[in-house]
Amino acid sequence: MSDTASEVQTHTIRLELVDEPGELLGALEPISEAGGNLMSIYHERGNVTPRGHIPVEVDVSCAPDRFDRIVDSLREAGVNVIQAGSERYDEELVVLLVGHLVDTDLSDTLQQVEACANASLTDLSLSAPRGNDDSSSARMRLKTKSGTTDAVLSTLREIADGKDLHVIEPLTEGTQ
Amino acid sequence: MTGARLAVLGVGAVGRSVVELAAEYGHTITAVADSSSAAIDADGIDTEAVLDRKADEGVVGDADPDDALDADYDVLVEATPTTLGDAEPGFSHVAHALNRDKHAVLANKGPVAERYGDLRELEADSDGQIRFEATVGGAIPICSTIDDFGPDHITAARGVLNGTANFILSRMAAEGLDYDHVLAEAQDLGVAEADPTFDVEGIDAALKFVILSNVLADGDEEYTLDDATVEGITDIPGTALELAAEDGRTIRLIGEATPEGVSVGPRLVPDDGPLSVTGTLNIVQLETTHAGRLNISGRGAGGPETATAVLSDVSRLTQ
Repeated sequence: MSDTASEVQTHTIRLELVDEPGELLGALEPISEAGGNLMSIYHERGNVTPRGHIPVEVDVSCAPDRFDRIVDSLREAGVNVIQAGSERYDEELVVLLVGHLVDTDLSDTLQQVEACANASLTDLSLSAPRGNDDSSSARMRLKTKSGTTDAVLSTLREIADGKDLHVIEPLTEGTQ
Repeated sequence: MTGARLAVLGVGAVGRSVVELAAEYGHTITAVADSSSAAIDADGIDTEAVLDRKADEGVVGDADPDDALDADYDVLVEATPTTLGDAEPGFSHVAHALNRDKHAVLANKGPVAERYGDLRELEADSDGQIRFEATVGGAIPICSTIDDFGPDHITAARGVLNGTANFILSRMAAEGLDYDHVLAEAQDLGVAEADPTFDVEGIDAALKFVILSNVLADGDEEYTLDDATVEGITDIPGTALELAAEDGRTIRLIGEATPEGVSVGPRLVPDDGPLSVTGTLNIVQLETTHAGRLNISGRGAGGPETATAVLSDVSRLTQ
């Protein structure tokens, strides 16, 4: 189901490894074993931390409930986890905007949406009938910082209210 | 309760079906009343003759409708049209039954949505009980499921509880037609009423979610229609459904009863998800504390469907 897939998030984990053969492989195994999907590895061999270790940044995608298990299994394997959970990739939000979009200056509407600190527009589809009398629709795909969906939606509602437009929001719960 | 004597108030689609089906459930109809007339017989009325007379002459009998309230019955079935605000005359009908220590089963949403606290107070002072499964989701056992789990074990309810709005949205999506076209079609088919305001403005769905909120709050809080945030579907152009479909989604009139409150409005949902039921079907999702999510769907309106819920309520009454 489409929304189950969007629940999978990419998390960044920062590790410190001892500069010895096999250390990196040993650190990656627990991730895949715990159901994480490795997206990228940034292995800074030239850099050394004050403790003389090599910093490694790993991007892992997994369902939210798996993430803690991955971090736990890394720690159990003796890997030094410096930071876990900061999400590199943000959440996606799809909304419809309905009303007299053209008459109310669509580009201004979009600028207002973009100006909202927590969202950036990644895709827009507009469907406007020929006559000016009928209302038109736009589908916006927004990238938002995780945990800010409610705030972004309420900003969107304000912008829409100001122009007598309607926001058709996604149902965030209960779609599975 | 088996072999109950029923007084049915209101002879619309639901009341008529209750009168027709009561015998099949082992019950006897001792009184029937519409707004202007009544038929009363302590030994059981001739249901067929009464319904024929209603069809032919527009009256059910020669008695005064108020006399039905004082007739001999175990259970009053309140199936008069839903009214808002003071929810009269439905509320007084139910109050009358409870004051007589009789049970009341409601198909009328008004008293349960607008005066839930008053109803429960009257019930507390009476030997009679009230039940109102038929007010939410027609034949779908929603209130009784909440009863079974216990309101403390259900954290939220959401879903589609208006078949007319759902029919219109699913036809708009399937045929690429605009709201006005599909509404006219729905009216021709009898799916939408001549005045569809209650359905398409989200009021009917909101009343049902207000009722669910009252049931879930279990006396800790009381909700009325004024507490609900309600938005209808009349402003949705066909293009909105097209854009949603391109993205694997569709639009449904979704209601929610959560600890944050009651809301009804058009929402984007996955095209292949459980909430995107088509046609006049209804669905409710209940979030449980220990058992995940329950999806219950079925026919949310119609005479025999809703009468089924009324008669199931009669069976659930104790004593």
